[in-house]
Amino acid sequence: MTIAVLQFPGSNGDQDSFELFNSGLRLPTRYVWHKEKTLGPADLVVVPGGFAYGDYLRCGAIARFSPVMRAVQDYAAAGGLVFGICNGFQILCEAGLLPGALVRNASLEFRCLTCALKIESAGPAWNPARLGARIRLPISHGEGNFRIDEDGLARLEANRQVLLRYERNPNGSLGGIAGIRNERGNVFGMMPHPDRAFERFHASQDGLAAARAILAAQFPQFGEKSA
Amino acid sequence: MKINVFVTPKKNVLDPQGAAVGHALDSLDFRGLRSTRIGKLVELEVDGADTPQFRSQLDRICRDLLSNPVIEDYRYEIVPA
Repeated sequence: MTIAVLQFPGSNGDQDSFELFNSGLRLPTRYVWHKEKTLGPADLVVVPGGFAYGDYLRCGAIARFSPVMRAVQDYAAAGGLVFGICNGFQILCEAGLLPGALVRNASLEFRCLTCALKIESAGPAWNPARLGARIRLPISHGEGNFRIDEDGLARLEANRQVLLRYERNPNGSLGGIAGIRNERGNVFGMMPHPDRAFERFHASQDGLAAARAILAAQFPQFGEKSA
Repeated sequence: MKINVFVTPKKNVLDPQGAAVGHALDSLDFRGLRSTRIGKLVELEVDGADTPQFRSQLDRICRDLLSNPVIEDYRYEIVPA
């Protein structure tokens, strides 16, 4: 089992993601620089938070053309597990690996707080029975306002692709959506930060269960209720 | 030649920036304002000729990079050198 954490110029959640999987879940974890054309061994690719390429033009718009993203496209097309957090979610949407887009918060304010999130039933590993009805994770973004056209939203709901919703909408997201998966169930993205919710000194430790539930989409041992 | 690419939020996509600026315009007593939308202008200077092939290339970069078709529309004007 190897976790690959991408690094772009401007990533700032790369080390948080590394620590979540490495020290939080005790899994072998390594960084992959955005200039790499191949991913190397990886059972999960994490696209971390931050401001890749300064968020120039649009969040994630430039990062999506990094050489490593071509490898991520191939990896995802082959069924590989991909998880985008915050800016990583924005990058996956820009890359077309997840539907929709994230625009400026309705308040125009950067929002940084710990949110209560309602867990939706989005698969055998990601559901309230496994994760509980709600978890708490921090958000830290200026552009987390999820947008998609009506048909796209209907499809997301019908296919149960919504992972979690804000109990109190902090950014104007359609349907309070905070995270989604693709239809196939191997690409996940969310604005909240599980990578900032696992240490004892964090406001919440729910990030561990969230990360486990995503791994469990392909590795059932992470879905077992233990430790 | 010079190309001006205009990128604007889709009509049905919420534009919080535009709304905020609209409120500010209102406070300046600017009357009769019906809507304010904020987009981007990308100025390109390119060597070459305005051919159908060039236009299709231009459409491709507008779709793939300069705009996000999920939330934005684009149009461009080509100003001969």
